[in-house]
Amino acid sequence: MKYLYLIFSSLKRKKLRTGLTILSIMVAFILFGYLTAIRQAFDAGVEVAGADRLIVRHKVSIIQLLPQSYEAKIESIDGVDNATHSTWFGGIYQQPTNFFAQMPIVPEELFDMFPEFIVSDEQKAAWLNTRSGVLVGRGLVDRFGWKLGDRIPINANIWRKKDGGRTWEFDLVAIYDGAEKGTDTSQFWIRYDFFDETRAIGAGLVGWYTVRVSDPDKAAEVAAAIDAEFANSAQETKTEPEGAFIQGFANQIGNIGFIIMSIMSAVFFTILLVAGNTMAYTVRERTNELAVLKAIGFTDLGVLGLVLGESFALTFVGGVLGLGLASMLVSLGDPTNGSFPVFYLPGSELLLGFLLIVVMAFIAGIVPALQAQKLQIADALRR
Amino acid sequence: MTDNGSPSCLVNVSGVDKVFKRGSEVIHVLGGLDLEIPDGEFLALMGPSGSGKSTLLNLIGGLDRPSEGKVEVGGLRIDKLSDRKLAGWRARHVGLVFQFYNLMPVLSAQRNVELPLLLTKLSKSERKKRAAIALDIVGLSHRAGHFPRQLSGGEQQRTGIARAIVTDPTLLLCDEPTGDLDRKSGDEILDLLQALNKEQGKTIIMVTHDVHAADRATRTLHLNKGQLSTEAVD
Repeated sequence: MKYLYLIFSSLKRKKLRTGLTILSIMVAFILFGYLTAIRQAFDAGVEVAGADRLIVRHKVSIIQLLPQSYEAKIESIDGVDNATHSTWFGGIYQQPTNFFAQMPIVPEELFDMFPEFIVSDEQKAAWLNTRSGVLVGRGLVDRFGWKLGDRIPINANIWRKKDGGRTWEFDLVAIYDGAEKGTDTSQFWIRYDFFDETRAIGAGLVGWYTVRVSDPDKAAEVAAAIDAEFANSAQETKTEPEGAFIQGFANQIGNIGFIIMSIMSAVFFTILLVAGNTMAYTVRERTNELAVLKAIGFTDLGVLGLVLGESFALTFVGGVLGLGLASMLVSLGDPTNGSFPVFYLPGSELLLGFLLIVVMAFIAGIVPALQAQKLQIADALRR
Repeated sequence: MTDNGSPSCLVNVSGVDKVFKRGSEVIHVLGGLDLEIPDGEFLALMGPSGSGKSTLLNLIGGLDRPSEGKVEVGGLRIDKLSDRKLAGWRARHVGLVFQFYNLMPVLSAQRNVELPLLLTKLSKSERKKRAAIALDIVGLSHRAGHFPRQLSGGEQQRTGIARAIVTDPTLLLCDEPTGDLDRKSGDEILDLLQALNKEQGKTIIMVTHDVHAADRATRTLHLNKGQLSTEAVD
């Protein structure tokens, strides 16, 4: 601790250079934090996807519908615990930029299939008793400032009503929270019976099935059995684990994880060069001072420690500021205004950030520190 | 020619050679040099440039090692110590005063003087107290909070002397301490060194080109072509 003032005083030697280096490191860690949150947003659905859940969709395309009658057949297959269906509503709330997922579902089956949705008993009952009622995630409610009892109009692009109208009105009677941090609370669940009775077309057809298997280790076998059941029918199916289904959507944009990793690698490599250059200059222009420290009794290891200490101080200040600012920016919310189901910076990634600070400081400082360690006092004092 | 001191000898340099290699060139700076310095002496080392004065000072201060021979200070063969132990020995026994002061520009006078005390087990308050005493001895208590850039040359050198004496070292080694100062400031520094020698019994070895400075010492030796004598060589 007593050497701390010596370390920080040395950083004040060239304030502009130190400031710019800290700023570069800070920017690198802001990028790290924010891009990590974006990567996390793409992966979150995959991470919390049930290991015991499968998605059954039309073999040709997700936009092709399946008969509701498939549900009973799916539930009769060995290894299937239960099944429920959902459909893409695809409506617009006020304007197209207010995107969020709306899906009709059988309420009782939703609570059974998705135990990660936490709803009070009172609101569950309210939804079950209100045909036009909707269950909405907390994230979505907060986004638009809705409250229980609100009437929410949705303009349907796909599902015209039997009366010819396109505006569907729903009553917000229940709100769900996520059991885990990564649970998607941006969804808008409509009662299937209300939807099926009101829509003008597609009666009895649904978008996809979510299936719970009794034994997750046998998920592949059950998936094959389901597809085999409907092989050679008018609507053949493709069954896959829920995680893979969600990953598929992200992959349509690109390998997000790889893209982000590549960007971050380039950023950190560049910043490492900047920090390393700063440390190299710091030692080079202080050869005489370091020699004096050795002359008055600082050991070779002591001088190495001081130089490494400076590198750590520099990187730590920039890194902590960067991670802090990244956390603050992430807390401002989803930059896409609703496209991400979740948007946060996990604690594990913050820890990784701190580890990166340590590694970067070491790599940037070790060569100049070793040079300082090896300084010959008599020679260096002459410089 | 060697000079024999009194029986209570603090520094004993015996048969010392020092050779430097610069690429393929080999430079013999000191050759078979013998020197005894009694405790409490104020010794001035004079000689032309390149005669080996600073080299000899570095060997006695443990800043360099002889190519041959032995260097004993206080009965300890410092040329045999490991680098780590030599550093520790310097911290306890050697105070260094440089021609160009070599203060840390980012530290105040007080903090500069405290630097050698960081290597001790003294508490923060004790370090501060001792540094204050050292600054008082050199007459700079009122400038403790100032940085080197805010001090004159003479004040910086006095700060350097305070740093050198703060650990109460056995030896004070001064390499051209007045070399960068005007006459008046130089005289003040020499007054201080003389006072440390006479009043506190500090053993001082001072390298200098200045005859006027050498006159302040109790003994002057001349170094020429790696050999010591009591008389200057023209």
